[in-house]
Amino acid sequence: MGPERRPPHQVARALGLLAAVAALGLLCLLSVWLGSKEIAFDDVWHVLLHNDGSADAVIIHSVRLPRTALAVLVGAALGLAGTVMQALTRNPLADPGLFGVSAGAAFAIVFSIAVLGVSSLYGYIWFAFAGALAATAVVYFLGTRGNAGSSPVKLTLAGAAVTALLGSFTSAMVLTDPVALNRFRFWSAGSLSSVDGGSLARVLPFMLVGMVLAIASGPALNSLALGDDVAISLGRRLGPLRLRGALAITLLTGAAVAVAGPIVFLGLIVPHAVRFVLGTDHRWLLPYSAVLAPCLLLAADILGRIMARPMEIRAGVIVAFLGAPFFIYLVRRRKQLES
Amino acid sequence: MLTVRLATPPVSWRLRPRLVAVGLTLFVLVFLLFCLGMTIGDVPLGLSDVLSGLAGVGDAGAAYIVQDLRMPRALTGLLAGLAFGASGAVFQTITRNPLASPDMIGINAGAATAVVAGIGVGFGGGLGTTTLGLFGGLATGLLVYALAWRRGTTGYRILLVGIGIYAMCTSLTDYLLSRAQITDAQASIGWLVGNLANRGWENVVPLALSLAVLFPVVLGLARWMGTLQLGDEVAAGLGTPVQPVRLGLLLAGAGLVAFATASAGPIAFVALTAPQIAQRLARLSAPPIVTSALTGAVIVLGSDILARVVVELPVGIVTGALGAPILLWLLARANRSGG
Repeated sequence: MGPERRPPHQVARALGLLAAVAALGLLCLLSVWLGSKEIAFDDVWHVLLHNDGSADAVIIHSVRLPRTALAVLVGAALGLAGTVMQALTRNPLADPGLFGVSAGAAFAIVFSIAVLGVSSLYGYIWFAFAGALAATAVVYFLGTRGNAGSSPVKLTLAGAAVTALLGSFTSAMVLTDPVALNRFRFWSAGSLSSVDGGSLARVLPFMLVGMVLAIASGPALNSLALGDDVAISLGRRLGPLRLRGALAITLLTGAAVAVAGPIVFLGLIVPHAVRFVLGTDHRWLLPYSAVLAPCLLLAADILGRIMARPMEIRAGVIVAFLGAPFFIYLVRRRKQLES
Repeated sequence: MLTVRLATPPVSWRLRPRLVAVGLTLFVLVFLLFCLGMTIGDVPLGLSDVLSGLAGVGDAGAAYIVQDLRMPRALTGLLAGLAFGASGAVFQTITRNPLASPDMIGINAGAATAVVAGIGVGFGGGLGTTTLGLFGGLATGLLVYALAWRRGTTGYRILLVGIGIYAMCTSLTDYLLSRAQITDAQASIGWLVGNLANRGWENVVPLALSLAVLFPVVLGLARWMGTLQLGDEVAAGLGTPVQPVRLGLLLAGAGLVAFATASAGPIAFVALTAPQIAQRLARLSAPPIVTSALTGAVIVLGSDILARVVVELPVGIVTGALGAPILLWLLARANRSGG
């Protein structure tokens, strides 16, 4: 924090969090209401409470509700993963996708299509998840090897290198196999539109475990932010802390990427934006990120649906377009930035 | 490190035997790969044919193939590799972040957006692409610097503004690609992965000229890069003109990337991995410029050979597969803290 700004008071923070939750609820309602078929708001309310089997009810219960739930879960997962990732690597550029997670998922999907001949969406999800887990395990192993143990720089670079390596393999397979290219494009769109309740339920347990792990590590991340030596002298054991953080990142990102494709940038800017306003206390950063990231994703998804009717603009594209100018504004507004 | 002092004339300089040895080895490797790359093609040539063709002695047919057909490709790869490696070292030093390669802070992305937009409005030909890539890259570099300026810049602010701009450019490119005609989209993607096929002298000359101007500028400013590495306050205290040096380095680095991207496309991962590999080979605490440039050239030339010998692929896909394992291996055996 800059010396001239004090972080808001605890009560103000709690109220702010409540307001953010309320905003999220409002956006959820909007997301169920607005779509390519116009449904009157009264009808939406009625159909939500009584599933009467009409066309509107089918749209709302089997399309818009899963899609909204997906946006909330994926947004929360990516926001949390980004916060943990940036704290763990002490690098403001750390993005959940950079831990090798998205690259691992993408590689596994293309491999399963091109080599193993998997063709159903349910098949991909497990491959994506396994790939994400395996890639993170490799990154963690390489980033913590060597006499000096793990360090933020080594973890970050190992993540970037694994991402580069797997990205190359994926592109090579995709470019030499047209069938894989077609299916892969469908998945990698970073879109929320192609998901039903079933695939959401499959990854939900993993996401919940990841969320609990992430939010519970807030106090430990606070001491980690003071530097390895200080954290150790405060009684933190760095190895288990990093392992737990890495596990949370993998579960959250792996699950999010498996169902929604790589949505970049969300996990990168939301923690930053929250930090600019709230300061560096991870006990507050984590819940705020978990609420505000889905707000941004939902808003982007809604805008993408209504801006170019009947076509849709992918949520990932709009997240960057909405988020980046706001983010740059926040970066500029801060007078003093720690380096 | 050795310090060499002469009594008359009274000069002294530092000599790093390891850095010199690494540099010389890389130089020889670059020359070997440069010649080796020219042996590959429809008419296979021996290494001796290439050497005599380069010297202009021996068989006239071989000399024609080497000098007129294959040299532009090899030279484009060589020069683009040098430019990417050097600019990666510059950006990683001024932001003090190993992830801050020009691809991460939007320079490549800006060039790509300009080119894709140009192809979309029918401004796609060879020279048009080059010019657009150049202006896109330079304009993005200036925009990042201008937006990061607030009574001076900090490396951290350049970094954060850069990732914001990067995200906006990438999403704009995505959007343009999804709206484009399929043929335009294919042409754009062919350029976006980075490709050295069908390069002519018109690709080589601008890049060579820009290197001839910008590389000495970077080297001249490099004497202050060591102090910038210590942080702004310390650097200013040691007499470094922090703001002018940073502006100069940023513009020169962005210029190198813009020219290289315009000639060879945004070849991925070279600017990220080359400086980190060079730094670890030379066992220094910051990326050395010349060694990083040479490492970049090794990666691009080596990838271009691999891309033609194994399967016919664009070079930008292989660079990750070549550079990343080297970096991972160096990371895994690093035995110093932060290594």
